[in-house]
Amino acid sequence: MNSAASARIRLKGMLIKEGLQIIRDPSSIAIAFILPVVLLFLFGYGVSLDAKHIPIGLVVEQPDTNTASLTGSFSQSTYFTPEYFHSIKAADTALKEHKIEGIVWLKNNFSSQLLNGQTPDIAVLVNGVNSNQAAITQGYIEGTWVTWLQHYANLSGHAFKPTVELEQRVWFNPALNSRLYLVPGLIAIIMTLIGSLLTSMVVAREWDRGTMEAILVTPLHINEFLIGKLIPYFILGMGSMLFTVTLAIWQFDVPLLGSFWLLLLSSTLFMLVSLAIGLLISIVSKNQFIAGQISIMVTFLPAFMLSGFIFDINSMPEVTQLITQIVPARYFVAILQTLFLAGNIWPVLLANMGALVLMLIFFAIIVRKKSTNHLE
Amino acid sequence: MLQAIWALSIKEFLALLRDKRSRAVLIGPPLLQLLVFGYAATFNLNHISVAIYNEDQGEASRQFISQIEGSPNFNIIQYVSKNSDIAPIINNKEALMLIHFGPNFSTNLQKNITAPLQVILDGRNSNTTMISLNYIRSILFTFNQKWASEHGSKSLPSTLQPRTWYNENKQSSWFIIPGIIGLITLIVTLTITALSVAREREEGTFDQLLVTPLTPLQILIGKALPGIIIGLVEATVIIIFAAYWFDIPLRGNIGALYLGLLLFLLSAVGIGLMISTISTTQQQAILGTFIFMVPAVLLSGYATPIENMPEIIQWLTYLDPLRYLLIITRGVFLEGDSYTLLFPQYWPMLIIGITTLATTGWLFQKRVV
Amino acid sequence: MTSPLQLKSVSKSFASKERPILAVDNVSFTLTPGKVTGLIGPDASGKTTLMRVMTNLLIADSGHIQVLGLDMATQGHAIQSSLGYMPQSFGLYEDLTVQENLDLYANLQSVPLEERPKRYKILLEMTGLQAFTQRLSGQLSGGMKQKLGLACILIRPPSLLLLDEPTVGVDPVSRRELWQIIYRQVADEGMTVLVSTTYLDEAERCYEVLLMHEGKILGQHKPADFNKTLTGRTFRLEAKGILYRQLLTQLEYRSDILDASLGEDNIHLISAADTPFDQAALLSDLRLLKHVTDLRITPAPAQFEDVFIATLKAQTTTLSPPKKIKTVINKTSPEDVIKVVKLERRFGDFVAVKGISFSVRRGEIFGLLGANGAGKSTTFRMLCGLLPASSGSLSVAGHDLRTASATARRNIGYMAQKFSLYTNLSVSQNLRFFAKAYGLSKSRQAERIQWALTTFELTDYQNSNAGELPLGFKQRLSFAAALMHEPDILFLDEPTSGIDPLARQEFWQRTNALAETGITVMVTTHFMQEANYCDRLMIMAEGQVLAAGTPNEIRQLATTDNQAMPSIEDAFIHLIEEHTPPQDITS
Repeated sequence: MNSAASARIRLKGMLIKEGLQIIRDPSSIAIAFILPVVLLFLFGYGVSLDAKHIPIGLVVEQPDTNTASLTGSFSQSTYFTPEYFHSIKAADTALKEHKIEGIVWLKNNFSSQLLNGQTPDIAVLVNGVNSNQAAITQGYIEGTWVTWLQHYANLSGHAFKPTVELEQRVWFNPALNSRLYLVPGLIAIIMTLIGSLLTSMVVAREWDRGTMEAILVTPLHINEFLIGKLIPYFILGMGSMLFTVTLAIWQFDVPLLGSFWLLLLSSTLFMLVSLAIGLLISIVSKNQFIAGQISIMVTFLPAFMLSGFIFDINSMPEVTQLITQIVPARYFVAILQTLFLAGNIWPVLLANMGALVLMLIFFAIIVRKKSTNHLE
Repeated sequence: MLQAIWALSIKEFLALLRDKRSRAVLIGPPLLQLLVFGYAATFNLNHISVAIYNEDQGEASRQFISQIEGSPNFNIIQYVSKNSDIAPIINNKEALMLIHFGPNFSTNLQKNITAPLQVILDGRNSNTTMISLNYIRSILFTFNQKWASEHGSKSLPSTLQPRTWYNENKQSSWFIIPGIIGLITLIVTLTITALSVAREREEGTFDQLLVTPLTPLQILIGKALPGIIIGLVEATVIIIFAAYWFDIPLRGNIGALYLGLLLFLLSAVGIGLMISTISTTQQQAILGTFIFMVPAVLLSGYATPIENMPEIIQWLTYLDPLRYLLIITRGVFLEGDSYTLLFPQYWPMLIIGITTLATTGWLFQKRVV
Repeated sequence: MTSPLQLKSVSKSFASKERPILAVDNVSFTLTPGKVTGLIGPDASGKTTLMRVMTNLLIADSGHIQVLGLDMATQGHAIQSSLGYMPQSFGLYEDLTVQENLDLYANLQSVPLEERPKRYKILLEMTGLQAFTQRLSGQLSGGMKQKLGLACILIRPPSLLLLDEPTVGVDPVSRRELWQIIYRQVADEGMTVLVSTTYLDEAERCYEVLLMHEGKILGQHKPADFNKTLTGRTFRLEAKGILYRQLLTQLEYRSDILDASLGEDNIHLISAADTPFDQAALLSDLRLLKHVTDLRITPAPAQFEDVFIATLKAQTTTLSPPKKIKTVINKTSPEDVIKVVKLERRFGDFVAVKGISFSVRRGEIFGLLGANGAGKSTTFRMLCGLLPASSGSLSVAGHDLRTASATARRNIGYMAQKFSLYTNLSVSQNLRFFAKAYGLSKSRQAERIQWALTTFELTDYQNSNAGELPLGFKQRLSFAAALMHEPDILFLDEPTSGIDPLARQEFWQRTNALAETGITVMVTTHFMQEANYCDRLMIMAEGQVLAAGTPNEIRQLATTDNQAMPSIEDAFIHLIEEHTPPQDITS
């Protein structure tokens, strides 16, 4: 038998073995297919940055038709769920108890000042603890107030015209639905988990359990061993990716504007980078516990925090921005968000894929160098 | 038998702290997370890249642009001169936002005709988009009020006087960092306790422990104590970092904060030990921790407000001890809360703690059998 | 025929905190082709490191290795491809079935598909695994795992086979079968085999033996040639009116006796090299003991174990002279401290222990013998209260430890089969923990820790991590931990598995001394020779008791016309084979 043919048989043996082990170990299946579903549902349905029905308190010290028209603007808005108070003290307590997020306070001289042509102050108090939410709440309150101004001007006869009117056009996600960008980003998280966390642990297990020692003293070459590990987890990762994409499109109505083939190509690249990192971690640690901890620290957390998946990279301090450049998920998240929501935007895709190719080459060389047929 | 329980706790400490690698796992990642999360996790946008397409020659647009230039949130990266340049800039992510002044922007304003200001935004990351939109709105808001008072024939019928409480400058680090206290304490405590029983079982030392005169309850207490103590120490370190390194104001009652921490740790340790008792191997314990922790963090209100979640999921968050602790840490740090105001957060954690520990005790008796 | 394995001045060291450890120190040897060579040495003598260096798993610091005509320095992978190697862990995937493991190795060795069915059939028959091809290998018994591991390597018979302690923790029946397989390969295929082992009876069967100590090869000879070095120094001592193990305590401390151990119904003596004992003087010393009659010393043939001990035993005597023998033969207080009646334990459909009954008297050493999976450990775990009985009754010092209060456990000490102390705690921290866990008072703790450190010679290691101790010291530490609270009853589950003969002897000396102080010892073992230390034995198979009685009574069960003086091992195998008809291994 020639050497190529026997190498093929050895590889086949490794693949069958890995396949059987994946099928028998519920934890690989859990990470590949159950965790995505859990995460998709949490991000798709649960976690949202889109504020709606913000509970606010309206303090009207002296209700009349003028105050009613202003408060009416708030009740009609889908952004607010207003609650009425007669004194600022009661509203204050409610704010402290987190029952409301903000207060709009119309003092008892509101109507009289308004009718006299004076300019009444409307005090707005916002709980700023969640700064993001506070800014959004304040913005909505301002918007509602402007709407009321126009309405009031129309009623009172003299035309009121705001000077500059914002005409906003949001491309790619006009409704600003956060699900549309969180769900594609999740694909990067899930593939990182499979490629790096799961792979590093299953390879480290071979060392832990002493099977490495036995199969190294066979004609199997370490490269064949690595390829035998790569292929099944590559398939598992891609399977999980396709599964997630399917759910994203049909269950969560995320559009895929770009080419499916480009998605497949870039996922392949990212999966290979993740696998290379996973293999490297396992070769360095040779112990499941340590491999797991390192994987979470250097792949999972950065993919979550430093990839632009949730937090905007441009707003991070310079040093942190530099660190994100070595996080492969950063490039993949950019590709995913573009491919899903914007389409085949070549400059973005090429730059990010190029970065992934460079990382792949880099890690492949290190893995190649670090892997030997020895135990040390 | 206090001595024996204490001996067990000391043994747990030694087992955790003697090994260089596990010591590193206890100290390294939490600090790293604190720094990375503390600096990276921000919803405040700085240097939003803006492109300007100004067809207007007048003074008004120039004034507006200078306001944008003056804002630390924006960074004008490019001026565009024709319509066809717009699409590539946004598509290729060169700019997040393009502001377009029409040819008649200034003249219209002078004539007291409403002047439209077109803003085109990249919506790929809708959260960033929404925040930038908010920023530009507030610039516009001030611009309008200023313009009206300077040029307007008639002042506005009322004024809005917004004030922000507790986090006056709306810094997102004030929101995120007190949350990290809960997050990291949860991660550390869960990992320690979830591995504790599983490791003894995998290494066979558990049998050796069971033939000593220690009762299951004593073993449980001995295993819970180190988790609580290490959690308290880690939390204290992070509290000190938050107050002195990140300069987050600590306005409330420290005692109220620690009472909350203690109750939180009780429930975290209960959950950790429960995972550990169910698992037979360390790998299962780690996976179990992971499966609990990811939803627990996502549903806690750590990054995204619970109020934005659908009602069913909001109900689910009541089972999450981190939810209560986050309200407590943020309340004590920023809002200056004390015991009475935080009472509604204390008792659910106590219930979760007692329930999980009791379940663990019961499982323990059963599994030992 | 050139040698398939040649080593010239091979050294290998490991970096360590204090100083580099020279695990293999300038080793040179040449293996005789077509024969079985044994690699024998005490724990931590460098056997496994040497095996790994020869398989290219570790790279030697210096020296030259030639395997099957290939040079290790340049053709390492080719060497790995052509030799067969079974590590201590057998290298099996526990989540794959027997058949799947075989398939994997057949693929790795590129065995052509058409040859496989025939090869599988031969190997499965040889190993007796035909019925278990679909069982996960993790669910096989230790003996079956090890035979499967061997079968995987023999899928394509290598011309050089290296086996690293293949028989650790394996019962005598399985051991015998394994050796039959190996010898058949040598005979049929002309295979050369190097096997490391701590069983010296196995070494005796080897063509040649390499004796290794502290990284060095002390000698390479045929076992008989090794034995010749002891000619005239080995004796057999017989007596009546006293338990041999009690008599032993009177011999161990003597400076004119290098070693005294229990043989089959006698005491085996090695006289000291410099100061050989005078027979008449020894006999007259022993005659002073009460009740002793019929003393007789006769020359005995040297065994390989004697060589091992004579070569490696530290000359400094470790034991202080014993106290006067307190109790004599057939103890006067035959009070039963352990009583078991119709004890049964089921796991689902599987009955691990099938209604056994026995009792153990105070101060007795009671041995539990059986193949892997016979139900010994399950019985132990039930007695210690770690596992509830499905039915039947048991009492240990008057309690059922499952239901008795926790303090009742103070009466027992338990040493698990696997090393089960805290590996990342130091020796003294482990001892302190157990002292506290058993609720000893402060002063008592210090006293007992000091006692443990000195008695078990652990003082030098007191700050080392328990996990990093050599095997023999781990076993001492476990033993010490089980004794911290001075229990009345000791449960020792395979305490001597995998440790070298010297450590084993020390262990039995200590156990013997404990029994003399009135402590009841219940012990399981795979070393049949050790059964001679027990006052009474019980042999188990498949959850049932096959026989029970004193070693002599057990031996008599196997006495036949052609075997007048069977050993305990003969008796054991006889009983097991009678219970389950043997598979036809030679077919």
